[in-house]
Amino acid sequence: MRIERRLEQPRWLSFVVPAVAIALATLLGGLVLLVTGHAPVKSFRRLFEAAFTAKGALSATVVSATPLAFTGLCAAVAFRMNLFNIGGEGQLYGGAITGATAGLLLAHSPSPVAIGAMVLAGAAGGALVAAIPGFLRAFLATNEIITSLMLNYVVGLILTYLIFDTHSYLRETKGFEAQVFPQGKTLPASATWPSWTVHGLALPLGFLVAAGLAFAVWGLYARTRFGFEVQVIGDSSRAARYAGMRTRRKILAVMCLSGALAGIGGASQDGDFRHQLDPRGLTAAGYGYAGIVIAALGRYNPFAVVVLAFGLGGLQNAGYTLQSADFPAGLVGVMEGLILFCALGGEIFVRYRVRFERRAPKAPTAALEPEPSP
Amino acid sequence: MTNNSLLVLVISSGVGYGTPLLYAALGEVLAERTGVLNLGVEGMMLVGAVMGFWTVQRIHIGSTLVLAAAIGVAALAAAAMALIHAFLVVTLRANQIVSGLALTIFAGAGGLSSYLGNDLNLSGAPARHQFTEPLPNSLQNLKIVGPILFGQSVLVYASWLFVALVAVYLRWTRAGLNARAVGESPAAADAMGIDVVRYRYLHTIAGGALAGIGGATFSLWLTPQWVDGLTEGAGWIAIALVIFAFWRPTFCLVGAYFFGALTALPFALQAHNVHISGDLIQTIPYAATVVVLVLVSSAVARRRLGAPAALGRPYVREER
Repeated sequence: MRIERRLEQPRWLSFVVPAVAIALATLLGGLVLLVTGHAPVKSFRRLFEAAFTAKGALSATVVSATPLAFTGLCAAVAFRMNLFNIGGEGQLYGGAITGATAGLLLAHSPSPVAIGAMVLAGAAGGALVAAIPGFLRAFLATNEIITSLMLNYVVGLILTYLIFDTHSYLRETKGFEAQVFPQGKTLPASATWPSWTVHGLALPLGFLVAAGLAFAVWGLYARTRFGFEVQVIGDSSRAARYAGMRTRRKILAVMCLSGALAGIGGASQDGDFRHQLDPRGLTAAGYGYAGIVIAALGRYNPFAVVVLAFGLGGLQNAGYTLQSADFPAGLVGVMEGLILFCALGGEIFVRYRVRFERRAPKAPTAALEPEPSP
Repeated sequence: MTNNSLLVLVISSGVGYGTPLLYAALGEVLAERTGVLNLGVEGMMLVGAVMGFWTVQRIHIGSTLVLAAAIGVAALAAAAMALIHAFLVVTLRANQIVSGLALTIFAGAGGLSSYLGNDLNLSGAPARHQFTEPLPNSLQNLKIVGPILFGQSVLVYASWLFVALVAVYLRWTRAGLNARAVGESPAAADAMGIDVVRYRYLHTIAGGALAGIGGATFSLWLTPQWVDGLTEGAGWIAIALVIFAFWRPTFCLVGAYFFGALTALPFALQAHNVHISGDLIQTIPYAATVVVLVLVSSAVARRRLGAPAALGRPYVREER
């Protein structure tokens, strides 16, 4: 058997490999279920029904998919430049904090103004959190993986602090319930994001914004000089510097863009779904990490990210719906991990060609040399 | 200064909280020294924690034996997780960062460890057997050094042994030198006849086993029970710790106790009725990691301080 690098990557492979990966992951997941004494087909059917075909399931799936689309775009934008921002989680928290603040401050403004301000504030909050690892990476060569990750914990703790450990502006202090259990102030009606129902499928504003942003990101990366330079830097930063591209600024800019995308996701959590700053709910959900799965699976393509967010959102939605004693907890994480493993393993077939052939008996070193001419 | 004073309390419980970090960081040093970055530590620790806990709950033999078995099971289970990573990144040449993250998602909170904890019905019950502090009270009650040095569990003393073993291994044994060669220049190591693939596999797996023991330190000693996501990010701190310690096992010891002490600080302050927000104090270890990373991250510092040159790069003989 020989493994050799492909000179060209055929286009069909980038569709077939993820599809095979998902199929293989389902098989492996079924094996896990079987070994631990669950009925795989039944579990998967329940998973599928709860995700897509049950009444109202599709609308609930869109609710789960919205934050994943944002964090998926966040990871895709940065990873495409070989910038491993795994701080989508913290950047989403940052956006949720600033978004909720804007929504509460603008209680008496007309709704479009308040919502627009929330989007901008969320983007700014997320970008601010991402700017720290971005700046450190660009100007001090600090590994962005660890710093962005550490900030997830820092911002998560600040988020919890704001509601649980201090009487901040964002915390509800009046009312009996709020005395017993700390919670965020309910956002005013003007800060509630609208949603539209099409054939019984509820589409929240956040999901449409995410889809629009996916298009914008595609345009930015495929059609502008900025995007071209980003991709050159991603492929070879030395070549990019030699060509006179400003790699440091670009690192910072891409990090901020990436954080802003996650931050808008945070604001959408406030405005679309939770209607208050909800530390427990946000920190428990793990949107940021799931976003990385989506980005990697979609090979950093923004449209693929939105589609996959829908699929994975279905999985997560089913996970919540089926949260009961008779449905195996943790199955969703196991499935996410398996899909990612299979997609990663499949990557070798995209980049390399595996050849099965008999080794020439006389020349044991043939594997190292080019094909002998006949 | 009495044994109940703040400083003694912080240091002695800091040693405790630092121990799982130390095990996991030692394991990560082994893997990274051969050039394999494994970001799946958190997941491996959680799987180790849950399987170790399962052993003490379900297997009925003497307390000492069952605890030893639990450590073995934890190490094996986590090593199996590391094997997945090794297969993906060494054999299939996958991106080490994405693969490590995938491992944490697969095995960590909300993944396999939760699945196992739920399926084996482990949450909610206290441990049937747990590690205790074995040394006589006369030693434990000594002023200052008593609680810090003698009031610890076997796991702490064993971790010191592991530090020495890993340090000696990497510095003075042939295999250890070969392992470092693989991490610095796999092509040169290959030319010398060192089996790069085998070294990377074995060290990644050994690293996983140590991470599993670190996880079991939580479930069998520190918080002797199983709850979902028990380690609360310790795996990530361990990864930062490796950089903090410049990839040296002995520095890992110091760093682990420093981070452990920061984790212990809010509890110690609470015991002394000092009210500072626990949430904010808990940000210190994470923020400190960022600061330290900045300090050691200039290219010159990295080269001097020993980052393996081939860290994170797959080795393909035909493409060197």
